[in-house]
Amino acid sequence: MPGNVYIYILIMAAVSFAIRFVPLALVSGKLENRFFQSFLYYVPYVTLAVMTFPAILQATREPVAGALALAAGMAAAWKGCRLFAVAAVCCITVLITEFIIYF
Amino acid sequence: MEQCINRNEIRPIASSAIFAKGMRDGLPIGLGYLAVSFSLGIAASGSGMSAGQGFIASLLCNASAGQYAGFSVIAAGGTYIEIAIITFIINSRYMLMSLAMSQRLEPGTSIFHRMLMAFGITDELFAIAIARPGYLKPIYSYGAMLMAMPFWAVGTSLGCVAGNILPTSLVSALGVALFGMFIAVIVPPSRKNKAIACVVAASFLLSGTAAVAPYISAVSAGTRTIILTIVISSAAAVLFPVKNKEEK
Repeated sequence: MPGNVYIYILIMAAVSFAIRFVPLALVSGKLENRFFQSFLYYVPYVTLAVMTFPAILQATREPVAGALALAAGMAAAWKGCRLFAVAAVCCITVLITEFIIYF
Repeated sequence: MEQCINRNEIRPIASSAIFAKGMRDGLPIGLGYLAVSFSLGIAASGSGMSAGQGFIASLLCNASAGQYAGFSVIAAGGTYIEIAIITFIINSRYMLMSLAMSQRLEPGTSIFHRMLMAFGITDELFAIAIARPGYLKPIYSYGAMLMAMPFWAVGTSLGCVAGNILPTSLVSALGVALFGMFIAVIVPPSRKNKAIACVVAASFLLSGTAAVAPYISAVSAGTRTIILTIVISSAAAVLFPVKNKEEK
């Protein structure tokens, strides 16, 4: 049974704020724990990678378009393209691939 | 007359100059947010959210990956506990930024300033605040927040509207824009840092496996993200511990 969208949003907002506020308000000492620091260092890379694949295959009408967008986006990022350019490469790849498939 | 005031009220004028500097530094960040939040809005519309709901969510949360994960849970009709945990895990890096800022606040900074500054911790706004010398000036952060954060909320609602009115071929194409931005964040560091490259490769592999493997594929995508993030980040922290700042 899906919940109320506004309650979902409020929970997201409360948790997002608490994470940012609690250390700033309460911590005065330095964070020494190396495992914890390393863990937090890797979290963004892991979550972004996990959320990108295989979800990108289901984001498009044709999974093959998503797969090609992933490959093209990684190649563009590897070549040094910035945020916006990589996103554009992915979108255009999907547009062209699906145009060919549905033609 | 103006010069008189300038000479006599150095403090207010100095802080308004800092505020203006924050606004100047915040504007380009805001323009960058517009594109990312537009893509986020496309994802929100895919979750069945209205432009108003997308606007509120972005205004209150200010987190790209965290919000995207939350929207996925909403789309899947997940539980309130699930959305709380996934928001906590994915936004956990903000704890580190908040902690770093806590070390740079002037002693005696009021709880009110701490709350407002905490609200404005994003990757970009943190970066420009912490790059300034000396104690962090709340007024600088407020200027930057004022210029950057409205773009985040407006862009999200524009993306929601676009997702609802554009033809399906364009929505399908724009739906990968956010993934493209995620890729742009994870690939360049992977090229420079072997540990990150291994972590990203392992994440792709395990995430793909988890989506089709028996048992684990039965749990929701949100819970899989939580489990994989904790397991892979912990393994990486043990295998490739990050050097402390002093050692860098």
